[in-house]
Amino acid sequence: MTITTILEKLPYGEPFLFVDTLEYIDEQKVTGSFTFRPNMDCYKGHFSGYPVTPGVLLTEVMAQIGLVCLGIYLTGGPEGMTFGLTSTNVEFMRPVMPGEKVTVTSEKIYFRFGKLKCRVVMTNVQGEEVSSGEIAGMIINPR
Amino acid sequence: MDKTALMTTIKEVVAPYTKNPEALATLNEDTDFIRDLKINSANLVDVVLDVEEKFNIVIDNDSMEKMINVRSAMEVVENKLAAP
Repeated sequence: MTITTILEKLPYGEPFLFVDTLEYIDEQKVTGSFTFRPNMDCYKGHFSGYPVTPGVLLTEVMAQIGLVCLGIYLTGGPEGMTFGLTSTNVEFMRPVMPGEKVTVTSEKIYFRFGKLKCRVVMTNVQGEEVSSGEIAGMIINPR
Repeated sequence: MDKTALMTTIKEVVAPYTKNPEALATLNEDTDFIRDLKINSANLVDVVLDVEEKFNIVIDNDSMEKMINVRSAMEVVENKLAAP
């Protein structure tokens, strides 16, 4: 499956699409990136007068690239498939400011009985680790 | 492996995933993983993977779907261990 096809099959839309592109994908591993738009609504209040990307959105980027893109690749992304986030165990090391680009690399720990669990690392453009952890989700196949 | 040892091992495997310590303390063959131990379906996958590792067996989809309580889990393990 090509990267273009995976991006087309992503079940997200504005304002909750957090994947710009994928740089690499195979059955074990995916790398992708996203740039946080400075005009995103969340920056108006997180924090007031001091915009920093919320950790939940860093987690969301990690999940969309690391779990959902890889899940689409592994299953072929059949029509009607849905995803459910089941667990996150993520640490945050550095703040991500408006306009910053982050790169996510995710390695499959296992994909068994519909559950995909990955070790996910996010870095900034300086190559510094921003956040990392383990994220898992269930892929619910319509058939 | 006798049944008591098998049940003890299964009890050890499910312990980290259960949300109901009372049901774990009184675990028996009829204990249901979801209804009694309150293990969610995502963690049930981890239970099955831990059972595989503990007994060095491979559990297929059909067997996984049967593993709803302690009795059926013990049967799956016994059958896999007895298989040539």
